[in-house]
Amino acid sequence: MAYSDKVINHYENPRNVGSFGTTSEVKARKDVGVGVVGAPECGDVMQIQIQVDEATNTIKDAKFKCFGCGSAIASSSLATEWIKGRSIEDALKLKNTEIVQELSLPPVKIHCSVLAEDSIRAAIKDWQTKNAKAAPAPASAAH
Amino acid sequence: MALKLPVYMDHAATTPCDPRVVEAMLPYFTEKFGNSGSRNHKFGWEAEDGAEAAREQVAALLGCSPKEVIFTSGATEGNNLAIKGAAEMYERAPAGSAAGTRGHVITVMHEHKAVLDPCKRLQKEGFDVTFLQPPEDGVITAKMVKDAIRPDTVLVSVMWANNELGTINEVPEIGRMIREYRKASGRDDIVFHTDATQWVGKMSTNVEKDAVDLLTFSGHKLYGPKGVGALYVRRKNPRVRLVAQLEGGGQERGFRSGTLNISGIVGLGKACEIAMKEMDADAARLLAFRKKMESELTSRLEVCKVNGHADRRLPHIANISFGFVEGEGLMMAIKEIACSSGSACTSASLEPSYVLKALGVGDELAHSSLRLSMGRWTTQEQVDYTIGKIVEAVNKLRMLSPLWDMHKEGIDISQIEWAQH
Repeated sequence: MAYSDKVINHYENPRNVGSFGTTSEVKARKDVGVGVVGAPECGDVMQIQIQVDEATNTIKDAKFKCFGCGSAIASSSLATEWIKGRSIEDALKLKNTEIVQELSLPPVKIHCSVLAEDSIRAAIKDWQTKNAKAAPAPASAAH
Repeated sequence: MALKLPVYMDHAATTPCDPRVVEAMLPYFTEKFGNSGSRNHKFGWEAEDGAEAAREQVAALLGCSPKEVIFTSGATEGNNLAIKGAAEMYERAPAGSAAGTRGHVITVMHEHKAVLDPCKRLQKEGFDVTFLQPPEDGVITAKMVKDAIRPDTVLVSVMWANNELGTINEVPEIGRMIREYRKASGRDDIVFHTDATQWVGKMSTNVEKDAVDLLTFSGHKLYGPKGVGALYVRRKNPRVRLVAQLEGGGQERGFRSGTLNISGIVGLGKACEIAMKEMDADAARLLAFRKKMESELTSRLEVCKVNGHADRRLPHIANISFGFVEGEGLMMAIKEIACSSGSACTSASLEPSYVLKALGVGDELAHSSLRLSMGRWTTQEQVDYTIGKIVEAVNKLRMLSPLWDMHKEGIDISQIEWAQH
């Protein structure tokens, strides 16, 4: 199976790789939300962390780590690029289908884009929980 | 000389044809194109001579009589014919009888699909099949088979060497144990088949000494052409009979109808002749390469495990797991190296390698394994290049891996409750 040029580009030069500290550090930080989705036995684990500016409810910075195939790495890399600078409300509007389109993912790789959408939602939810904010959008559908 | 890319490290999938094989085959496409079934003219005789010479070359490599060699289209057909053909011949009750009453078949969980699927078919059609669970080292012993034998066992099918791991089962020991069992029980209606596709032409084989009744292999794994293979069928002590699975002109003594693939058969014969002369030297060279590859990778990378038995493995196949990186992502990072992965993503299913799972390798390691298999023209330079690229790629992907961070922080990922998708 051939990868699209955009997948290869993100895979070879992933954007925003990293985290805002160790697991216990980020847990303690109220400005950071962490979303981890997937499972090792399924061959994909995606982690997206967001740093939120509380005054503006805007995602100041985003980082990712991903255990998975090239499409999973590219999807999470692209997702962090897209949510940076967005408000929480806008970030929640991001749909996996936009990732599918941008990266020209084939049908077998659509789940990679779903993981990216889910990890964004999970990170936002984590930040909201830490800051005791009511969720402005419904939780993502189960898969 | 500059290293030519990509490097081929997938000889367990298929091998290039040896140029000497191609040369031997060529006249059989054009000048000697006859049908070996044409008994009345020179074209037919030439084709028949080609096939019979090849039969002798195959027999010499297996240590059998040429009369015991049946040409097939490859290992899948050979396995189907051996397994279904023997089970149907030695059945205890006719087709249509109640489930499990037609006879008992023993095979192994990590056989190739070309053995597992015919066995599953038998299961559907009234046979009782035992799938032996391999131990962690992947080696099936004579004791394991012996413990599974029952008075109604008609067929035992155990591969000689595993295609994913390269592990070597106790085939001669199993063969001799079955011989003893026949003597002790007075039964001669139990036969032993081995799928020797990864073994023949790489390691010394003697069906007499090794007490095999049916043996399958294919041409393209030993530098011969694709689409041709052979099945050894024992003719005495005991004489093994099979129910033909392809019916028609009655070629190959009725075991396998169909016009003989003469050019392919000639190529297979030549490949066997070359293997006989060169396999020992090839094996010694490739074993040194494999040991270097395994020792360098395991010493330069943490959480890196060689799968399968420490010693009982083919010289040319290495199966290595790299913890916390995913196989397909890894293959993408080493795209200049052609190899296989046990990862789910390289196959249509989402399951990681059933072979590694059968051995009890954890899912996260089964997803992260590479099979690297070398061959006749593999060079030291290619081996060194492969080692360097893999180390670089694994390190790069671990920097991206959340699981690697967790591992480094001392978190046991098997204790985490993952949100399942």
